[in-house]
Amino acid sequence: MEINAQGIYYKDLNDIIRKAIRNGEENFILRNVNGQRYIADGISKKISMEVYGVPGQDLGAFMKGPRVVVHGNAQDGVGNTMDVGKIVVEGMAGDVVGYGMRGGRIHIKGDAGYRVGIHMKAYQDKIPVIVIGGKAGDFLGEYMAGGVIILLGMFSQDAAKPIAGIFMGTGMHGGVIYVRGEVDPHQLGFGLIPKELDGEDQKNLKIYLKEYCDDLDIDLRKVLSVPFKKVVPFSHRPYGNMYAY
Amino acid sequence: MLHQPITKNYHDFIIERDPEKCIQCQVCVRQCSYGAHIYNEKDERVTEDEARCVGCHRCEALCPTEALTIRRNPSEFRENALWAPQFIKNIYKQADTGGVLLTGMGNPYPYPVYWDRMVLDASQVTNPSIDPLREPMELRTWLGSKPDAIEVEMKKGKPNLTTQFLPQLQINYPILFSAMSYGSINLNVHVGLARAAEELGILYNTGEGGLHQSLYKYGENTIVQCASGRFGVDSKYLNAGVAIEIKIGQGAKPGIGGHLPGEKIGKEISITRMIPEGSDAISPAPHHDIYSIEDLRQLIYALKEATDYEKPVFVKIAAVHNSAAIASGIARAGADVIAIDGFRGGTGAAPTMIRDNVGIPIELALASVDERLRQEGIRNRVSLLAAGGIRCSADVVKAIALGADAVYIGTAALIAVGCTVCQRCYTGKCPWGIATNDPYLAKRINPDIAHRRLANLVRAWGHEIQEMLGGMGLNAIESLRGNREKLRGVGLNEVELNILGIKHAGA
Repeated sequence: MEINAQGIYYKDLNDIIRKAIRNGEENFILRNVNGQRYIADGISKKISMEVYGVPGQDLGAFMKGPRVVVHGNAQDGVGNTMDVGKIVVEGMAGDVVGYGMRGGRIHIKGDAGYRVGIHMKAYQDKIPVIVIGGKAGDFLGEYMAGGVIILLGMFSQDAAKPIAGIFMGTGMHGGVIYVRGEVDPHQLGFGLIPKELDGEDQKNLKIYLKEYCDDLDIDLRKVLSVPFKKVVPFSHRPYGNMYAY
Repeated sequence: MLHQPITKNYHDFIIERDPEKCIQCQVCVRQCSYGAHIYNEKDERVTEDEARCVGCHRCEALCPTEALTIRRNPSEFRENALWAPQFIKNIYKQADTGGVLLTGMGNPYPYPVYWDRMVLDASQVTNPSIDPLREPMELRTWLGSKPDAIEVEMKKGKPNLTTQFLPQLQINYPILFSAMSYGSINLNVHVGLARAAEELGILYNTGEGGLHQSLYKYGENTIVQCASGRFGVDSKYLNAGVAIEIKIGQGAKPGIGGHLPGEKIGKEISITRMIPEGSDAISPAPHHDIYSIEDLRQLIYALKEATDYEKPVFVKIAAVHNSAAIASGIARAGADVIAIDGFRGGTGAAPTMIRDNVGIPIELALASVDERLRQEGIRNRVSLLAAGGIRCSADVVKAIALGADAVYIGTAALIAVGCTVCQRCYTGKCPWGIATNDPYLAKRINPDIAHRRLANLVRAWGHEIQEMLGGMGLNAIESLRGNREKLRGVGLNEVELNILGIKHAGA
């Protein structure tokens, strides 16, 4: 189903999509999207959606299944509390990508904003993965409880910027952040230090990056040509000794 | 006692064991999860370590020969108006541990309780009071956003409502069970709450702990909560209840997050919260996708979109200094219901300093929010829930007269199933089997009995509310809402009367 989203209010656009899904439609192409919010929000079916233009806030929030490809930039809140599925952004993404994300993949070609991957968590077979081809802002992976964030720093609009902002991984108590190249320890949250990858890391990283490179037509060898560092929690109970019982 | 540290001397309670009555049966030993009763095998006698007693009275209640009495420890510090015992004891504890003080339940300190400074009106001579035993008396309430105006068209001589309403929730009593997560309390209590809510035609609230698989069938009476940690939140969960509550704050701990330590995340809680066993469940202080009213609007509508606009969205905030302005923002952000939790609201665990010093009384917050929304002409857009220290049906009536549509009860519900408000919920060792997920302790709550007692409580309050309404000459709870003429203050100063929007008794 192809929809020309030009001038359609977000509520009406999403209503059209939901109704079509109820009627069995599985493939969507949205053209001229211009800031419409909540696209694919809460959709619990394995639909496929291609978005041309710039989708608005909370793209794919709470979604459980869809595969969404954005041929352009995305705004804030991509994949908020997302559960299953995949969001591929061929441009940049805004702040708060993958907040509280529990599963699925978010693949961003370019830069991402602040507060990306806050409180991601993994459970059983659900391991959320965010891959950012560019650079990220402050608070990347704050409170991270599980899952994987991969930061490449390769396709950034701003060559002068460090690969990530400050407070990366602050309060993280699960999961892992992989950074291509070096990350300055002063950019990390309290108690964290960049570490070398082990064999298991290398294996997983390659699997995640292969999928990312396939989605965005990037040369995997080039991505892997520079060694990675990882950031993991210094404790699974970072605040375990704070209280007087 | 010479070799005891000072913290052992100044314990809170003493355990009196009548040697004439004690039969050394050790029920107390098995009942006390804090180890205050000890069986000495050599002497074949039960003894006690009074420093461990939390004053929950479980042993006293279950002692088959009534041999036990738990009393306040009469051993007192030198009297001092500034250095009250709790300050001295807290310093000892922190000097021992270097830790943040924790506590449970609501603020116990003698701040003014405005419920007790307000009295209700009754009809005398000039208008008749109504007897609810013989005349209709409506307690039914609809929660949800009401339109600014309604339009009616005549069809075949009959009026037909053409205005489209936003989703409304019908509740048979203006009383809901407030959010208490699976984790802070156990499944037996949740089952009791859910079944009681179903029987009564009211709602209970999951809190931020997800929804146990066995409770999905009570969806018609469930409010699911979406808080900053997003635990157990997926599209199935969001659609499981009849409403979604965004928890911004809690009266017992405004401005701070939550922290369920890893040792409390057992198998069932792990499945329900959708996090691994043994990992900490940390709820950040703010939702990190909400830094403004505009962001709140974004989450409200993200939730509405995810549930096809079928469910009202509640926003719960702690009562703080600027509640009125905040509530106005929340109403304009598109919330259907605003819940305001006063500083006496309970908690499973909170830092003591926060619980006892942060936030404002619900009575003042509620009155100012209702007044502000009325002044701005948007009171109809939201329903208001008052929470935090509602102890009896008269408190409910006063809350509604101050402007609430309904109230949330949490502590009162737990007391109904056996809580004695010992304030040690954070230890996870609740001897009454409520605020614990230790299977040995949790089975002390029978869900059937919990269900019955909760239903009894709300029904009894319902009768009392009807009596009070009838006495005032009202026959529907709706006629009481925001009807402050039915309240008078006793012993309140002018500032307090102005904020509450009531006259002094006699005026």
